[in-house]
Amino acid sequence: MPLGPCIAVTMDVPPYRLSGTVYGALLNHRTALQALGDAVNRPPYNAAPQAPVLYIKPRNTLASDGDYIAVPPGVDELEVGASLGLVIGRPSCRLTEDRALESVAGYLIVNDVSVPHPSYYRPSIPFKARDGFCPLGPRVVPRTAIANPDALTIRVYIDGVLKQATTNSQLVRPVARLLADVTEFMTLMPGDVLAVGVASPAPRIRAGERAGIEIEGLGRLENPIVEGAP
Amino acid sequence: MRVARVACAGAIHVAQPQQLADGRAGLRLTDGRTLAEEEVVWLPPLEAGTIIALGLNYAKRAKELAFSTPDEPLVFLKGPGTLIGHRGVTRRPAGVKFMHYECELAVVIGRSARSVRRSDALAHVAGYCIANDYAIRDYLENWYRPNLRVKNRDGATVLGPWLVDAADVPDPGNLGLRTYINGKLTQEGNTRDMISDVPALLEYLSSFMTLTAGDIILTGTPEGAVNVEVGDEVICEIDGLGRLQNTIVGDALFGR
Repeated sequence: MPLGPCIAVTMDVPPYRLSGTVYGALLNHRTALQALGDAVNRPPYNAAPQAPVLYIKPRNTLASDGDYIAVPPGVDELEVGASLGLVIGRPSCRLTEDRALESVAGYLIVNDVSVPHPSYYRPSIPFKARDGFCPLGPRVVPRTAIANPDALTIRVYIDGVLKQATTNSQLVRPVARLLADVTEFMTLMPGDVLAVGVASPAPRIRAGERAGIEIEGLGRLENPIVEGAP
Repeated sequence: MRVARVACAGAIHVAQPQQLADGRAGLRLTDGRTLAEEEVVWLPPLEAGTIIALGLNYAKRAKELAFSTPDEPLVFLKGPGTLIGHRGVTRRPAGVKFMHYECELAVVIGRSARSVRRSDALAHVAGYCIANDYAIRDYLENWYRPNLRVKNRDGATVLGPWLVDAADVPDPGNLGLRTYINGKLTQEGNTRDMISDVPALLEYLSSFMTLTAGDIILTGTPEGAVNVEVGDEVICEIDGLGRLQNTIVGDALFGR
């Protein structure tokens, strides 16, 4: 029972509001796994991930289209982690792959902002959980408006210049498979968001620049980057 | 003061401790009804905001897991679906080899905190609860450890029974913690042995994220976390906070 976020995301389908809980899947884009190469088999990892590797963007990270993202003191650049976000429509536990999409109310753009970090061994909280590090939006597009979430193209722009163009066709676990595997051990609730995966290398951005993410059919999420207060 | 959130006779209520006429421990709902512990369904004592958890925050526990003491607090997050109340049940999947409890002091934020200093930190605390934060080590993978499949399972974080006012806990840095399985003491520690104590944790966390009223910090568990089996009754106890009871159940109850 999270407390609802105070962010402006238009949502004209049930449950009409986000719950405030945002999960993300790490290394679910083939490019992200490929970027690690053989390191996945060496210490400290010792093996490629088996179950979905998930993380949480807590409520202090949530932000709206147009909100500032602050670069923490002592950090030069941030990563723009562009991902499709699934908005859950009903309590979802032990979904089967063939019916998993029925649990999706709609889709939105997620910018999973990170301070670049070289290791995925330990938790990522100081790198991923800073205030304003998860802009969402600009609106939730109903599931019925998107024919195939696994075929969407995602583009990242910095100051209007295209820096990354990727597609969800390269997801390790496509959307329905991911939902089935996640809900095997945890229930997703109405209004929860699941970011399905960020491609590598994520574009880097500095204070003074603007991050823009476009996903086909979902519009554009744009946020200016500023220097954080010390 | 201490309050619980319970479901009873078709509604959710706030309740306080009240001894029953026959001497048993009970509770009194805000509307005046007095009931025995087992006559209500205990919910987590508050609607949780962000749930923050600490790994390896007791030195002997780090040693038990063959880890060196971490340089900075080892923090991970949990979703709200993990929480259940006092006297609830937690599922142990068939076939797992090592599922263990973790008795922890839970700190509930009462006032927003950003860049607070250690000396002011406790002023941001509303109160304290007991948490029992189960883990299933069979599912441990070395990616963003401890991964959510280990530590973010439905109903695997018991919270309660009460939210005890911070004013009634003068020193959160000196509280005995104990866990009993079927009445037998299996874990014993004291919050004075935390590597990062409560003020240090608030200072650290608020240095990079804003903590808001309703956020909960699970401060880690001392050594002595041992395996539990289906049917076990697990009680976690913290000085001044009460006793938090939970029962381990199998897959059948969940239709698995």
